Amino acid sequence: MTKKKDVILTSGIEKVYRLGEVEVNALCGVSVNIKQGEVVSIMGPSGSGKSTLMNIIGCLDRPSAGEYFLDGEMVSNMSDDQLAVIRNKKVGFVFQNFNLLSRSSALLNVELPLRYAGVTEGRRERAIKALESVGLGDRVNHKPTELSGGQQQRVAMARAVVNNPAIIMADEPTGNLDSKSGEEIMKLLLNMNKEYGTTLIIVTHDQKISDRTQRVIRLYDGLVVAQ
Amino acid sequence: MNLGLAIREALESVSANKLRAALTILGIVIGVAAVIAMLAVGAGAQDTILGSISGIGTNLLFVFQGNLQQDVRNEQPITMADVSAMRDEFQAPHIQAVAPIVRGVANASFSGESTSPEIFGVTPEFELVRNYTLIEGSFITDDNVNGLASVALLGPEVADKLFGRRELITGETIRIEGQPFRVIGILEPKGGGSFGSQDNVILVPLTTARVRLLDRERDHVDVAYVQAINAESVPIVTEEISQILRTRHRSKLGEDDFTVYTQEDILSVAGTITNVLTVFLGGIAAISLLVGGIGIMNIMLVSVTERTKEIGLRKAVGATKKDILIQFLTESSLLSLIGGIIGIIFGWLISFAVGRIASASGTPFTPNVSLNAVLLATIFSTAVGLFFGIYPASRAANLQPVEALRYE
Repeated sequence: MTKKKDVILTSGIEKVYRLGEVEVNALCGVSVNIKQGEVVSIMGPSGSGKSTLMNIIGCLDRPSAGEYFLDGEMVSNMSDDQLAVIRNKKVGFVFQNFNLLSRSSALLNVELPLRYAGVTEGRRERAIKALESVGLGDRVNHKPTELSGGQQQRVAMARAVVNNPAIIMADEPTGNLDSKSGEEIMKLLLNMNKEYGTTLIIVTHDQKISDRTQRVIRLYDGLVVAQ
Repeated sequence: MNLGLAIREALESVSANKLRAALTILGIVIGVAAVIAMLAVGAGAQDTILGSISGIGTNLLFVFQGNLQQDVRNEQPITMADVSAMRDEFQAPHIQAVAPIVRGVANASFSGESTSPEIFGVTPEFELVRNYTLIEGSFITDDNVNGLASVALLGPEVADKLFGRRELITGETIRIEGQPFRVIGILEPKGGGSFGSQDNVILVPLTTARVRLLDRERDHVDVAYVQAINAESVPIVTEEISQILRTRHRSKLGEDDFTVYTQEDILSVAGTITNVLTVFLGGIAAISLLVGGIGIMNIMLVSVTERTKEIGLRKAVGATKKDILIQFLTESSLLSLIGGIIGIIFGWLISFAVGRIASASGTPFTPNVSLNAVLLATIFSTAVGLFFGIYPASRAANLQPVEALRYE
């Protein structure tokens, strides 16, 4: 296997939440590295800190201590707005409950990251291409309420890849779908990894999903127990 | 994200909640309409008042006893001798005419009808100075003045009240304070003035008024109406009168015991009063605009809470604080701008209606919707939207993406 660079590298990440007077250690020194193009799943029981880790890896949150390099950049001490730019350029999100703008068409939803990136030229074309790549070329002007759950998740996936991100973070991507649509979504996700070499990180409870990934990171009580 | 897109998104989200947007806008509509209407009414009142003051004549000055600015000891009254001095061509070359007057209110009656108009004791110059014309009869003469004649000229309103007509009255005898006066003429109406009616008057000879009706000391004059030869010489005439009276009253420098009032003084006082009125009305109306602004803030706060998850998603895909701030500020300014535009139309309609009602009730009065007021209302209402949008928008912008996404 050729040596690939680490797209994600964390060392000794800690996260402390303050709930009133009590301090909760959600992560107690997590060090993981994920190589470019890898497909990794993060597993663990609830309360194990996997959502916290996902938020930090996805640059939605900052660690309390430790260092995190994403695609070679140290992001653990960036400001809110700098993180927003990183999320825009390097991370694509797929959520369990889709999180689409219900008032806007599929096209506008997919265009959203491009808008915040300040792209004006060819924005529409790129969004349509992304929708076609998930098989929704004929649903461009439909609103999320007019689409099935599987279709909505596919719009979300088009939105996640439209900016050519370095990593895709999928948080229980099939959790709200029936097994058939869930299977389609999994296929699409894995396909994107194969076609574009995008690093894919899936947070899941489901053993069947984690079986299909190359590597499983297991968390327990804020610590990595296997990777 | 550019502004055009921001406006389109704001329009989308405003139209997603039409009733709520309409009610929010209504608050601004009422505020702006009130401001526009009040400013228009104020400006209209100012025009009307200043117009009717100018109508009295711009080359007229009023001289009376006393100093309004400071207390002066040993005030001397204006006398007939002062009046004669002002009439002197050599001392006061720019004075056209001087009309000495005593004035007061007295009861007048005729065969059971009675009224209490203003009584002016005048000399023949008064006709010229006030530019009176007569419906019938003739003006008071020097003979009338010298002979303390019991004759009277009636203003048209007085004639209406006592006789129910304005013609064929000359020769009748009315009673003023119980004493008989022969009517020698009827004045042409001068129209509504803003200082009470100029038509509800009775003119009698100066001497007769002083002795029989108003009980003034010999030779004293309440007011002298001075007419300058033209409007430009009014300041010179003011100086001439002051010189004459200072010499005659032997008043110390800077302690004039008389006041010379020009049309311009009255105009500026009236202008000040109507300005205060306009500001006052506009201020009250502005309060309702403020209330409308608070309505916007309220609704924007609700909207931010409702859309917490949407804000989280936008941040997750790369919206910066500024992007979110602009989004919500655009929305609140858009609401208030729409309200402002509708409000301007409503305000214009209201002031138009006020004008119609005023002229229907006999007071010719045109509310004046000025371009300034329209610009002011537009800018002010948008500013209100911006200002009251800042707090909700910054709350939205400062949401943490993780918490916003988790919000249910």
